[in-house]
Amino acid sequence: MIKIDKLNQFYGQSHTLWDLTLELNTGNCTCLMGRNGVGKTTLAKAIMGLLPVKSGSIIYDGKDISKLSSDKRAGIGIGYVPQGREIFSQLSVKENLDIGLLGNRNGLKSVPQKIYELFPVLKEMLKRKGGDLSGGQQQQLAIARALCIEPKLLILDEPSEGIQPNIVQQIGSVIDYLTKEEKITVMLIEQKLPFARKHGDDFYIIDRGSVVANGEISQLSDDIIKQYLSV
Amino acid sequence: MNLIIKKEQWINLAIVASTLWFMWFAQTHFDEYTVRILNNIAIFTILAVSYNLINGVTGQFSLEPNGFVAIGAYVAALLLLDGDAKEYQYDIEDPYPWVLLLHANFVWALFFAGTFSAILALILSFPVFRVRGDYLAIVTLGFGFIIRIIAINNPEVTNGSLGLNDIPEYSNLYWTGGIATLAVIGILNIIYSKYGRAMKAIRDDEDAAIAMGVNTFKVKTLAFCTSAFLEGVGGGLLAALLTSISPDLFTFFFTFQLLIIIVLGGLGSTTGAIIGTILVIGGSEWMRFLDEPMNFGFMETPAMPGMRMVVFSVILIFVMLFAREGIMGKRELKDLFKKRGES
Repeated sequence: MIKIDKLNQFYGQSHTLWDLTLELNTGNCTCLMGRNGVGKTTLAKAIMGLLPVKSGSIIYDGKDISKLSSDKRAGIGIGYVPQGREIFSQLSVKENLDIGLLGNRNGLKSVPQKIYELFPVLKEMLKRKGGDLSGGQQQQLAIARALCIEPKLLILDEPSEGIQPNIVQQIGSVIDYLTKEEKITVMLIEQKLPFARKHGDDFYIIDRGSVVANGEISQLSDDIIKQYLSV
Repeated sequence: MNLIIKKEQWINLAIVASTLWFMWFAQTHFDEYTVRILNNIAIFTILAVSYNLINGVTGQFSLEPNGFVAIGAYVAALLLLDGDAKEYQYDIEDPYPWVLLLHANFVWALFFAGTFSAILALILSFPVFRVRGDYLAIVTLGFGFIIRIIAINNPEVTNGSLGLNDIPEYSNLYWTGGIATLAVIGILNIIYSKYGRAMKAIRDDEDAAIAMGVNTFKVKTLAFCTSAFLEGVGGGLLAALLTSISPDLFTFFFTFQLLIIIVLGGLGSTTGAIIGTILVIGGSEWMRFLDEPMNFGFMETPAMPGMRMVVFSVILIFVMLFAREGIMGKRELKDLFKKRGES
């Protein structure tokens, strides 16, 4: 689905991603884990084109997209739910979802009914301002908005962060639905082990800007966790 | 085709019709001084709603109006003055032959005033919107200064610091009010289109907008060029209202005044921009009585020139204290009639 090869990225002078190489399998939920500041969000932004990369390639659907302008990446089916949600706070829920439709490559004109079935709470709040929603609702809106572009690859950056447990559960089942039923590839950046273990298929652990361990989620042993994830 | 007109459209039609009726009534019944103020309000409405599009709706802090209004005013003035009138008033240097040949009627003059401004805006967009950040403010601030200096230092074209005089007085309330109405309708149509939604998305969160596939460069450029076009047209109307223009008219204070208008009205609200214009442009005229000697019955105060600006500033401070987002916030007229909780 997407193959990242020897990606290098710099923030000014500091070298953040070092020859990072990874591959996501179609229809799988791959968890990207690691301590704070190891480059997980940087990688997500680099895939989205929000940060320029120095060298390396991002092969998506057989094509290198590392030079493609960032707004075009939504058009080829990469959905992104940024950390901290970043919904459009002054726009209504409906308008937020409509913005998602702008990047839809199939020319979809209205929000698919399926999205309201996944997030029934949004249907009741269509006219509310995005900024007036609770944190959990905003997170659901951010995911729904990304689904409006009908992504083939969905990047979720810490969707469970700071959100009440029952909504985290809902988001988890949405991820399961998307990967199992819709065959959407999900890249899940996650700090919470139980959530990753429950919904992930594969894992990658990143440390200091490169991959230090990977495999199926069942292979995520306590040793690895101790070495790379515990503080 | 759907011929049934909705209730909301009826209200809009009624507002437009009563505005146009008022323009006609004012032009035919009011005295010259009042008509002059109303003309000013109409022109500044065009400028404020278009400035608000880039600054308030798209959220790109820009300081451009004086530059584009100056360009519009000069282009229109050069086209409206005929060869003889120009030859007669160019005192500093003889005008270039092509300057004398420029001549067009009022409609074309306004059209070229707007188009010329929009083309310059497009040229500015390429370096400015390629990068993120507050460069637009700096570039547009500099642009305003450059335009003024060009106007002063090219007397063969602009008659230098003497400016252009005896411009035919074409502007009346039919023109200014009519174009202001068209400008407001046009801007509102953009705001409620998908481009308008994209503009607001960029204002709220540019990264998220890009990630949703919004071509932010294109959308920002569209907003900027639309602004510049209308500011150019407004400049043309202003030239044909004042009948004489000079570089000193288009200093940074001009932009500053518009900034006050849109912040007072509420950044991002077109209704607010109109209310702000009426308050600032109309208010500063209607408060002139404050400068004059006043008799309160028990005491008399002498004439105090500048008193109205003091009162005006105090009002501004109070508005900003009690309505931090301006009078309208980001709401439009129709939002006021909605139930609570809806946006």
